[in-house]
Amino acid sequence: MAKSKKKTADYVIVGNSVAAIAAVEAIRETDCDGSIIMVTKEGEMIYSRPMISYYLAGKVKLKNMRYREAGFYKQHNIQLLAEKKVVKVEPKKNTVKLGDGSLIGYGRLLITTGGEPVNPPIKGAAVKGVFNFTTLQDAESISRFIKANDVKSAVILGAGLIGLKAAEALLARKIKITIVELADRILATTFDKKASQIIDKALSKQGCRLELSDSIKQVISGKGKVTGVELLSGKKLAAELVVIAIGVRPNIEIVKGSGIKVKRGIVVDNAMQTNISNIYAAGDVAEAAGFFGGRKMVLAIWPDAYRQGRIAGAAMAGVKTRYQGGIVMNSVEIASVPTISVGVTVLDGSEDNVEVLEKSDLKNSIYRKIVLKDDCLEGVILVGKIDRAGIYTGLIKDRVKTTSFKELLLNEDFGIISLPKDYRKHMVSDVPMMM
Amino acid sequence: MKRIYISEEYCIGCRLCEIHCLVAHTKSKKILKAFKDEIPKDATAAVLVEEEGHLSFALQCRHCSDAPCIEACMTGAMYRDKKTGAVLHDEDKCVGCWMCIMVCPFGVTAADPATHKITSKCDLCAGQDSPACVANCPNEALVYEDRENES
Amino acid sequence: MALKTYESEFKIVRDDSKCIACQVCVRQCANNAHIYDAEDEKVYADDSKCVNCHRCVSMCPTKALHIEHTPLQFMGTANWTSSAIRNVIKQADTGGVVLTAMGCDKKYPNYWDRILLNASQVTNPSIDPLREPMELKTIIGKKPDKLEFENKGGKVSLKTHLTPQLELSTPIMFSAMSYGSISLNAHKSLARAAFEYGIYWNTGEGGLHKDLKKYKDRTIVQVASGRFGVNSEYLNTSAAVEIKIGQGAKPGIGGHLPGEKVPEEISVTRMIPAGTDALSPAPHHDIYSIEDLKQLVYAIKEATRYTKPVFVKIAAVHNVSSIASGVVRAGADAVVIDGLLGGTGAAPAVMRDNVGIPIELAIAVVDARFRDEGIRNQASIIAAGGFRNSADVIKAIALGADAVYLGTAALVALGCHVCQKCYTGKCNWGIATQDPYLTKRLNPNIGSGRLMNLLRGWSIEIKEMLGGMGINAIESLRGNREHLRGIDLHDKERELLGIKAAGETW
Ligand SMILES: Cc1cc2nc3c(=O)[nH]c(=O)nc-3n(C[C@H](O)[C@H](O)[C@H](O)COP(=O)(O)OP(=O)(O)OC[C@H]3O[C@@H](n4cnc5c(N)ncnc54)[C@H](O)[C@@H]3O)c2cc1C
Ligand code: SF4
Ligand code: SF4
Ligand code: SF4
Repeated sequence: MAKSKKKTADYVIVGNSVAAIAAVEAIRETDCDGSIIMVTKEGEMIYSRPMISYYLAGKVKLKNMRYREAGFYKQHNIQLLAEKKVVKVEPKKNTVKLGDGSLIGYGRLLITTGGEPVNPPIKGAAVKGVFNFTTLQDAESISRFIKANDVKSAVILGAGLIGLKAAEALLARKIKITIVELADRILATTFDKKASQIIDKALSKQGCRLELSDSIKQVISGKGKVTGVELLSGKKLAAELVVIAIGVRPNIEIVKGSGIKVKRGIVVDNAMQTNISNIYAAGDVAEAAGFFGGRKMVLAIWPDAYRQGRIAGAAMAGVKTRYQGGIVMNSVEIASVPTISVGVTVLDGSEDNVEVLEKSDLKNSIYRKIVLKDDCLEGVILVGKIDRAGIYTGLIKDRVKTTSFKELLLNEDFGIISLPKDYRKHMVSDVPMMM
Repeated sequence: MKRIYISEEYCIGCRLCEIHCLVAHTKSKKILKAFKDEIPKDATAAVLVEEEGHLSFALQCRHCSDAPCIEACMTGAMYRDKKTGAVLHDEDKCVGCWMCIMVCPFGVTAADPATHKITSKCDLCAGQDSPACVANCPNEALVYEDRENES
Repeated sequence: MALKTYESEFKIVRDDSKCIACQVCVRQCANNAHIYDAEDEKVYADDSKCVNCHRCVSMCPTKALHIEHTPLQFMGTANWTSSAIRNVIKQADTGGVVLTAMGCDKKYPNYWDRILLNASQVTNPSIDPLREPMELKTIIGKKPDKLEFENKGGKVSLKTHLTPQLELSTPIMFSAMSYGSISLNAHKSLARAAFEYGIYWNTGEGGLHKDLKKYKDRTIVQVASGRFGVNSEYLNTSAAVEIKIGQGAKPGIGGHLPGEKVPEEISVTRMIPAGTDALSPAPHHDIYSIEDLKQLVYAIKEATRYTKPVFVKIAAVHNVSSIASGVVRAGADAVVIDGLLGGTGAAPAVMRDNVGIPIELAIAVVDARFRDEGIRNQASIIAAGGFRNSADVIKAIALGADAVYLGTAALVALGCHVCQKCYTGKCNWGIATQDPYLTKRLNPNIGSGRLMNLLRGWSIEIKEMLGGMGINAIESLRGNREHLRGIDLHDKERELLGIKAAGETW
């Protein structure tokens, strides 16, 4: 095989995570023969990124981290280039360039490079014991570090989804944690203060703390290893481990200057197509329509990465389906309190025709909140009891007017039976529809 | 594919479907033995009868053609059986992240507090000719048919 | 509260080794005879509520239930039976009428069980219905005195004008049971089965629900003394119209559907305000003579432009043959006779059990009278009241009936266990009730299928019996009493029935 020879394929996909996998599966539903090349800078194993917290927690073995079996590439007739970094996309030449200088020509290109952790400049952070938490490698490194240094306490910067997942994992390893968050509550995009307080209480029962409206000023170390942190407020916390999890930003390095339109992420339409007709993007790297209209957004959550990947794959293979727009949603269990939050749940008071329904039983860590706009569900927060949460998600997606059953929404036994007859019948008696 | 269809106008709320679903998922599959020895006391069946006044219906996984639970499931535990088209759940893979609970518009996946996994998700009785809930419904409030291929 | 001095009639026996406390019985019993105790996690029974309808027994998934007649009986005598004593006590308690339902519950002679059928041997061969054609087709309505034909250049056609008739695929129809006394799902089951099997069903006196109009060509609409739901459209949404004068279960009295059983749907169908009592007067207030009846018959014929046969239904009472004769002279195309055992949704027990005559005798005397008077062809005879099996049907036809009406048998096919509590409105089988929680229990898809099974089964048996007699069409058996013999009957009874004694030859 001549090394210099340029490879080409009908479909080239950058990345081998969920968006990429969903795309391949969709392509192969219509096109069994088109050649596919997948390039990833990580290993060949198709692992589930969110599961790194369960892995770190010791709840799953490496083998169960597999999102798809090892035979996936062969089964789907894919040529995989693992541990190869794409450095540049060249739309004019229909090629991508790899780190080793080789080129791959494509018929259609899908970019699913995901996100990369945001690392703010923190004084003294360049020492051992400071980690990000987004890759299997991160989880493995943290795990090794904990063992080697007998870590007893940790500070997590950022109480977003990833920070909380890290917290969950470290709690499972019996490490005392403090979560430092700049906002006045955890999960600031989807949680309100009350929900945050319930979790705060549950955490403190386990000897952990939340430091809200604060951040890390500097990392304190000794012998090249973390020994603690100093917060903006001046508080000092001892810790042998620091996890920086203040967010991820779209990994758009490779398209810079290529002519592909980017804002925060790669801008795509409802078929996941970029401004260049044979280039698509999906997952955490893409900036796509939001469900409630308004500006396009980057939505770094799993279900949407899957959905966008599927739509992109189908579109590349010639089947048009439409992205309905992303809805933020998180399911996080922390300190044994399950929580689910979906859609718009935080209001600044300027919204019109918005109504908030609420019910709480703080003693039992139970809280339910529903946000309605023009009587349609726009958001829900469930803390403590999350049974059948998806019914609310369904109502949001189907834009169901709740006028006739509003008063039932907060009931513990709210179910399909509570829905108006026509909608209910359509739900239970028809062929289950696409959502 | 063959699916379970629900007629709420004929569901009489007897809950025989729930009872027989539980039995069908025991080792013995014998109702007396199952209830005396095998089924835990607060076990929930994969089919749930919702009831309000004289209205009732039994709801189990709809095996959605474009299943939101499959796309939300980050472990691959929720998957589609290639042969039957059924949406199945692999308890071994499940880690209890409750993503499926968050997205299932029918609310038919439920958490088992004991195992911290999704419990008793409908498996269409593993491709039996007639699933237990359908076979034991006394009033044809549940029927198992292939309606999609009808013109 | 005064001491209750009579005990429950039934005893609920629960086999604890089989009960899994699934509470299906609790959910299914509309009488609340089963009670779940959450603390004990056990199901208990209240015998006093049990009506022995067997719903719980049938539904129990482990077959842990059994109902017994309570072994506790009053001392009593041969005449002062437990039920006689119980009724006296109940009436002394309440001062009311003892209500009941279904058909007569007294042990009068059942003539069907004292009539034997004939079969062919050697000289006239029997016929195998599986190999040879066998006709059960039955025509109901007036038949002309004679038929005249026309021959136009080799093309023969019928010259005689025929009055409207009904064609049945088997000599059986479903008798009048009103919407109100039974549920809409029961009506749907009957209508659909009749439609698909090629027979007829009867609305009863409660009107025709809008959902059932599509079965119009297989529907007999009834006009009774309350005239519920009757207008020109109703009369014309039918295959035939039946005027109800009397009912075998309660000859001489009217009906009363209490207001609580008149919800919206029923009120619309009956064309009366919701929640008001639906009263059917004992007589039609515009009929006091055969001449008056004739006016109504012809009013209906006019309203339906002479396109539909008109039936008149009377109870089998002492003068049934003269009354039936009058009915024919009033212009009826068929006379329906409802016998002593005819059912009802509600009647005073004293009427149900003591008034009227057996249908067997009524058919025989009416058929004989019509023949004597030379009017047998002017109207069909339809017999009703207590037909339990195909042998009863074929005997009725040999006695002279054209077809029979099934009431109770149809309900039993739909699930009825003859507990006789129709009047309470709490039928656990979803038949004699309007409670939406209960009516759902009768799925018309299942119900109509079961009714068709019954019709099919009986028709096959009728063919077998006909074949055995060497007859290949039901028409040839009609009024052919030589095929019947009486057993254990007095001479007078045999004389009235017009049959020889078992052992007598042709
Ligand atoms: C710890 C953690 C927990 C999470 N928990 C949840 C959760 O509970 N619920 C939820 O909804 N979401 C969760 N998420 C978010 C979720 O994991 C992401 O939304 C999802 O992984 C996005 O998938 P993706 O395919 O878009 O990109 P990624 O999973 O980020 O994959 C990017 C792929 O691109 C490859 N790649 C990147 N750059 C290059 C390059 N230059 N050349 C070649 N290959 C490249 C990578 O190797 C990788 O294969 C979590 C994320 C993390 C990190
Ligand atoms: S068995 Fe049938 S009728 Fe009974 S509750 Fe279940 S679905 Fe309803
Ligand atoms: S679990 Fe829910 S979302 Fe998944 S296939 Fe079944 S009904 Fe559909
Ligand atoms: S099909 Fe089987 S597993 Fe599914 S609900 Fe019915 S009985 Fe249970």
